[in-house]
Amino acid sequence: MKTVAAQVGAVARRSVVRTSRQPAAVVFPLIFPMLLLLVNSGGLQASTNLPGFPTDSFVAFALAVPFIQGALFSTMNAGTDLARDIQTGFLNRLSLTSMRGTALIAGLLAGAVVLGLIQASFYVAVGLLIGVDFASGALGILVLFLFAAVISVSFGALGVFLALRTGSGEAIQGLFPLLFVFLFLSSMNTPRNLIAVDWFHFVASINPVSYLIECVRSLIITGWDGQALGLGFGFAFLIGIVAITVATFALRQRLVRT
Amino acid sequence: MPRDNSIEVDGLVREFKKGPRAVDGIDLRVEPGEIYGFLGPNGAGKSTTVLMLTTLLPPTAGTARVGGYDVVSEGPKVRSVIGAALQEAALDPMLTGRDHLRLQATLQGISRAERKQRSQELLDRVGLSEAADRKVGGYSGGMKRRLDLALALVHRPRIIFLDEPTTGLDIQSRTALWDEVARLARDDGVTIFLTTQYLEEADVLANRVGIIDHGHIVAEGTPHELKAEIGLPSVHAVPLDHAERERLVAALAPFGESLDGGTGEVIVRLREGLAGLPGVVRAVDDAGLTLAHLEIQAPSLDDVFLAKTGRSLEGAGEDEQDEAETAA
Repeated sequence: MKTVAAQVGAVARRSVVRTSRQPAAVVFPLIFPMLLLLVNSGGLQASTNLPGFPTDSFVAFALAVPFIQGALFSTMNAGTDLARDIQTGFLNRLSLTSMRGTALIAGLLAGAVVLGLIQASFYVAVGLLIGVDFASGALGILVLFLFAAVISVSFGALGVFLALRTGSGEAIQGLFPLLFVFLFLSSMNTPRNLIAVDWFHFVASINPVSYLIECVRSLIITGWDGQALGLGFGFAFLIGIVAITVATFALRQRLVRT
Repeated sequence: MPRDNSIEVDGLVREFKKGPRAVDGIDLRVEPGEIYGFLGPNGAGKSTTVLMLTTLLPPTAGTARVGGYDVVSEGPKVRSVIGAALQEAALDPMLTGRDHLRLQATLQGISRAERKQRSQELLDRVGLSEAADRKVGGYSGGMKRRLDLALALVHRPRIIFLDEPTTGLDIQSRTALWDEVARLARDDGVTIFLTTQYLEEADVLANRVGIIDHGHIVAEGTPHELKAEIGLPSVHAVPLDHAERERLVAALAPFGESLDGGTGEVIVRLREGLAGLPGVVRAVDDAGLTLAHLEIQAPSLDDVFLAKTGRSLEGAGEDEQDEAETAA
């Protein structure tokens, strides 16, 4: 048990170290969502005048989105890192050690959590700096960090699965825009009850990303909303369980060691 | 129970879908502490054999025991006694040499207390102490290969697999790596299974050589045996005074068959092999002849490969690549 924990720690440490030594991999997930937040807030502030809009600050409304974008970056980071290991033979090197497959996945996900928490800290700090009032208070921010960790694991596992299936960093990067489509087809810019176009309302309602965003959003602008938290954490866990399960099977197929 | 450092392979086969047999029923034995050179051109089946022996690729048929353990049913035990540096050093360019060693040591289950010490010991051993804290992305090919070897040694394996460890290295880096490999076998009793496409590497390093071509082992033995099997060494002599050529031919005639050496040069294939050399020198001296040039030429492993396959090893890989491209 102690050995497995050490192996998980070593893989996680490597994941964090290699990302921290690539400034683009650290800076882009921090800056890009903030730029998008600023652009959207500037252009869509007027939508807060719509009857039924839950807040009069669009920045506070939209601050939930970077958390999900950060998780999408976790998918890409974890996926491309592992795909590169497969392509370069580094995974073969790891396979020749006494490392367990579960330690590899857990280590990669632990690395994704560390990066996810760094991103979440940055988004929260920016939110506080620009005057967003977190309705759920300090405890809500802690829950927000917990949620960031959970979605980092879930999306990170998705990246690990895609890497194990495709073995190609280019394939992961090619899938990244597809993941962003889920974001744009969600309630990221408009509350679901105010989406007037039927098909969009339907798609946003069956899109799990809407519930992930609404979970974060509830902590920022509503306070303690049990339903939003339940649905958000529920979908995050569901995505995580499915992704980890398929990633574990994919790892067994990829690691054909006897 | 004595430590078993041997490798035993019987009828090992690996087939790939829609392809020929990459490895087609090979048998071999590598004795404890031996350096076994597995020589062959690109695509001959060397790396596929290594992948099977290191448990990374299940064989289609046949059996193999490494360190006394079956590669199919006892994979984890095999991995615990082997180290491997596979083709092209698989390193993370963002990590330092020391990062790599610590990661490898942790994954091999080495205690926290020992990790630091073992890492430094290996860095010293492969001459990378000064570069230990630099990112591997900036290492030269030779430095990467030395780090690769250090990583294979972290858990003190009894058997090491080196898949073309010196491909692409300059002669200095190559020689440094050869020295370390030879030392491992000589001083630490480690068994080494080394694949190479370099004749010189097999000749210099290996106690025994297996030559593989199209998935078959076509010859096996010590480099000396293999070369002796296909021919005897020849002595090439040139008299200082060209007029003495016939006297030189007569003096060397008792030592073996005379070959056509062209103008001036006398070539005799030594019937008794190298053992005949002192006699040659004495005969030249007794005849009062002065030589401008004297050279012994042994048959090379390329001659062996040529004799066994009808092709030269130097061009065989390119031929196969051409065939593959044509087929594609």
